[in-house]
Amino acid sequence: MATARKLADEQQTNLPFAYRHYSQEQLKDVLRKMYLIRRFEEGAEDSYMRGLIHGTMHLSIGQEASAMGICMPLTEQDQITSTHRGHGHCIAKGADVKRMFAEFFGKTTGYCKGRGGSMHIADVSMGNLGANGIVAGGIPIAVGAALSAKRMKTGKVVISFFGDGANNEGAFHEALNMAAIWKLPVIFVCENNGYGMSTSTARSTAVKNIADRAAAYSMPGVIVNGNIFSEVAEAAHAAVERARAGEGPTLIESKTYRYRGHSKSDRNRYRTKEEIDDWISNRDPIALFENELKEFGLIDDKGIEDIREAVRVEIEAGIEFAKASPSPEAADLEQFVYTEMA
Amino acid sequence: MDAMPRELSYSQAIQEAMAIAMEADSRVFLMGEDIGVYGGAFQVTGDLVERFGPDRVMDTPISELGGAGVAVGAAMTGMRPIFEFQFSDFATLAMEQIVNQAAKMRFMLGGEVSVPVVMRFPAGSGTGAAAQHSQSLEAWLGHVPGLKVIQPATPHDAKGMLLAAVADPDPIMIFEHKLLYKMKGPVPEGHYTVPIGKAEIRREGADLTIVATSIMVHKAMEAAETLAAEGIDVEVVDLRTIRPMDKDTVIASVKKTSRLLCVYEAVKTLGIGAEVSAMIAESEAFDYLDAPIVRLGGAETPIPYNPELEKSAVPQTPDIIAAARGLVRGQR
Repeated sequence: MATARKLADEQQTNLPFAYRHYSQEQLKDVLRKMYLIRRFEEGAEDSYMRGLIHGTMHLSIGQEASAMGICMPLTEQDQITSTHRGHGHCIAKGADVKRMFAEFFGKTTGYCKGRGGSMHIADVSMGNLGANGIVAGGIPIAVGAALSAKRMKTGKVVISFFGDGANNEGAFHEALNMAAIWKLPVIFVCENNGYGMSTSTARSTAVKNIADRAAAYSMPGVIVNGNIFSEVAEAAHAAVERARAGEGPTLIESKTYRYRGHSKSDRNRYRTKEEIDDWISNRDPIALFENELKEFGLIDDKGIEDIREAVRVEIEAGIEFAKASPSPEAADLEQFVYTEMA
Repeated sequence: MDAMPRELSYSQAIQEAMAIAMEADSRVFLMGEDIGVYGGAFQVTGDLVERFGPDRVMDTPISELGGAGVAVGAAMTGMRPIFEFQFSDFATLAMEQIVNQAAKMRFMLGGEVSVPVVMRFPAGSGTGAAAQHSQSLEAWLGHVPGLKVIQPATPHDAKGMLLAAVADPDPIMIFEHKLLYKMKGPVPEGHYTVPIGKAEIRREGADLTIVATSIMVHKAMEAAETLAAEGIDVEVVDLRTIRPMDKDTVIASVKKTSRLLCVYEAVKTLGIGAEVSAMIAESEAFDYLDAPIVRLGGAETPIPYNPELEKSAVPQTPDIIAAARGLVRGQR
């Protein structure tokens, strides 16, 4: 540890962005939240396997640095739109895992009172306008939210998360074009995990990098290693600054990988075990971040163990909260279809 | 001496409603293709851009899906967009945002958001614009819980229902028949609303109820005049809203007249007439029926270009007269 600290002091100005920009406490909290995302999804997966919850879910295990890095420069008032693979975004934007688990369990204490489930999880109070079951569905909505921010002069910035699959939807192109012509405070974040369900970007997408599409809409296109927290955060900061200054949108391509299949029914026949193992063993975003924190003397093994334990307790409590919460009444089936008139 | 009631055209009434809404509430703005200096494909927005500026009368690119999504997102975050589709047919390009997003957002999020968006759809045939610019797709959207779908038939209702729509917290789809845009009628000055979800009895009668929508209300009224001369006393119900439907008014009317004719321009099968007929068949009014219910709807074809064919593809006044005679006199 001593050596690491010395290194950190001497090379302070050469440290990666995050280690210059954030305090030790902030960085430790990033690690905690990355663990929270992973353990939440593992907990959800386990609950599903044990038959405690039904339906389907899309896990973002392996993509935690991307969600965290993008959300770091945001305020609570800033807004996001998310995707079917959105649990990480939700937690990164400040959601409580208790209410997320409750939503998975279909309970009235869930964020959507049991009406949305995994694919529509939202936390409007923290600026999460919702995950979306339609690929690219949230992108124009984010542009609309950014239009509101500009017209109402709220100073808010909006992030639109989407996957590589969305970049071949018309909504993506229409939305980027409008954001650019109107110079709206929105940042398009493509989390490219290599596969739209089973179809690789190489087979589905005419450009080598999705960020290359930005040129068509006269906005900066930035490629980051989505598994390195600091790289993602640096790009996010620059894009948020640009958006807040009224200079318009940015497209960030965050290259990452999902360890699990597309959804629960996936047999992984479109990729090799070696490829998956390589990402898990050599490029895991949490391991990479932990190693950096240790290298720069910001945390030790005991500190990491404390975080893991705190997260374990929080996840367990969240699942218990969800189990103990009430289910909606069948009589309330039609609630929320329309606004209840006073 | 009473002043003559002021008359406006249907499109002027809509324009006036939009201006009143924008004057009253800075959150209200208009979006659409060529609605700025061009004034809209049917000149409904007219010169509003000069009065309110291009930020509030916003031209969009030709991007119906994206544009509808922007309107949905703006509505979810505090604005009150009125989105004009250039033709209702182009709803097909935006169905994702209308059906999956606007309609379901409040429900999926457990009531945490509302989507107060108004979408306007110039609809219907009769302009020689052929198959892709003449459809009546209101029943498509009427099938989607979460949306409210209205079809004002008069300038008075066009203004009052649009003002009601802007004040409504949920997504409202307004289908405006293009042939009505130039029709004039009395329109009160200032702000007033016509409730969504309430039908209107346009003419009282004892022998037959005609439930009509949009332009068919006027054809039904014309038919009723002719039929009155023959001693057939027609009640015309202007449905005005297809979701949520005003069942009570229709049921009460059918109980009174014991005969029902549904007239609508959209393709006959699986349409509004089927819904109204089934609703009556399921209601206490069924026992009052003296004759089978009859539907008059559009032909089972796309709208053709040739003007005579085009007319024959949708119900016309003589068709309504013939159907009514058949119903009342048993000549079918």
